[in-house]
Amino acid sequence: MSDNTTKNTNFISPKLDNFFIGLANAFRFLKRFFVEVWFPPYEFKEVVRQCYQIGYNSLPLISLTGFIVGIVFTNQSRPSLAEFGASSWLPALIAIAIVRAMGPLVTALIAAGKVGSSIGAELGSMKVTEQIDAMEVSATNPFKYLVVTRVLATTFMIPILVMYTDFVGLMGSFLSVTANEKVSLTTFFVQVFDALSFLDITSSLLKSVLFGFTIGIVGCYKGWNSPKGTEGVGQAANASVVMAMFLIFIEELLVLQIVNFFRMP
Amino acid sequence: MEEKVIEIRGLKKSFGDNHVLREVDLDLYKGENVVVLGKSGTGKSVLIKIVVGLLTQDEGSLLVLGKDVKKLKGKELNALRLKIGFSFQASALYDSMTVRENLEFPLERNVKNLSRAERDKEIEQVLDSVGLLQAINQMPAELSGGQKKRIGIARTLILRPEIMLYDEPTAGLDPITCIEINNLINQVKETYNTSSIIITHDLTCAKETGDRVAVLLDGVFGAEGKFEDVFVDASDQRVKSFYDYNFITQ
Repeated sequence: MSDNTTKNTNFISPKLDNFFIGLANAFRFLKRFFVEVWFPPYEFKEVVRQCYQIGYNSLPLISLTGFIVGIVFTNQSRPSLAEFGASSWLPALIAIAIVRAMGPLVTALIAAGKVGSSIGAELGSMKVTEQIDAMEVSATNPFKYLVVTRVLATTFMIPILVMYTDFVGLMGSFLSVTANEKVSLTTFFVQVFDALSFLDITSSLLKSVLFGFTIGIVGCYKGWNSPKGTEGVGQAANASVVMAMFLIFIEELLVLQIVNFFRMP
Repeated sequence: MEEKVIEIRGLKKSFGDNHVLREVDLDLYKGENVVVLGKSGTGKSVLIKIVVGLLTQDEGSLLVLGKDVKKLKGKELNALRLKIGFSFQASALYDSMTVRENLEFPLERNVKNLSRAERDKEIEQVLDSVGLLQAINQMPAELSGGQKKRIGIARTLILRPEIMLYDEPTAGLDPITCIEINNLINQVKETYNTSSIIITHDLTCAKETGDRVAVLLDGVFGAEGKFEDVFVDASDQRVKSFYDYNFITQ
């Protein structure tokens, strides 16, 4: 297992060498995922278990955060719109903000903290305590059982969590709107869907798939390659969160550019 | 002539500038327990990790049940691994699973067409053989060090291996539990007809479980033979001083 990673040979400078070696190892890890995901045995039971862990266990935090984001964003936006007599545009504004950006971003950042760190720590701990080696010697492919299942689960569950966050956020916004103006739920959601285009929803979902994949693969990579020792477990958990968040922001920026390109008349 | 199950010739392994194994030769015969003794960091664990294919040697040949491990990949390597049981130093139990699930994990992946009842019977039988049937629904965190070792051994036995590799089976255990583990290693050999390599620096364990001992010194075997022969007639001062033999025999 450890034989498969590129070693530091001090070719350019230690820091630069480490960067390129890390990059090479990350691409090798990614390539291994895309190769192994297609071939049996398929660990369906473990994928379902991971989906439950990632999805169901994240619900309380996601619900609370999404709901508060909806309320706060509505309250913050109202005065500016009211100044121009455009308070009735509030549902449309909130819908665009939540579905296009806030929902996916908030969910992904929370999942990176909660799910990414737990994947990094779990795999790191399994490596330290030789559980990964134990799987390998019992003729089970640990990469398939531990990495492929977790990455599939995050890729599948984050978009679902994003849709849920969007819904909860909009409900929070609705409560905030009805506290000040008399608007029915139907009217609110009619305005919401009028403001959204097909591109908004599909780009939001595709972005969520990308975020989910990133959280899973980064958590697994950091855990799988964590340094030995208990300190390594902590480092793996921490690095999973930091790296995933960093990549999520970059992806958000890239996806925005691509979507804007398609949005242009 | 006795059948060799493991044949190692001129094995070398380095980690950077650290030459861990310099020239290792070892044979393991069918039905035999060989104890590999040595100080910490002399490459004992590296040796058995090479045997099971977790690491690969830099040079030298290694035949396990007639197969060259270095040349095996994928299904062939897995098929060989099913015939080798590996008991890890820290037991390496899957801590998110119960004892039953730990034993079920290799079984359901490698032994097809077993009914639920047959699987349960198999698990209970193996747990009974290590004397821990009552722990079947416990989590690894609820077990003592000795119990974890036993469950770790049971998990390997469930696949009925021909070869057992024990990595420091008595490390970190109290003397009474050490005796129990030594007895279990001998019992496994008798009951399951296994051939074993036992890695340890515990001379009592070596004496109790080994048909033959080999002392690893600076990457090569400094002495090899029956326990008494190795330590009584040792010509190498490093072997003599490895542990105070007189102290042990007293």
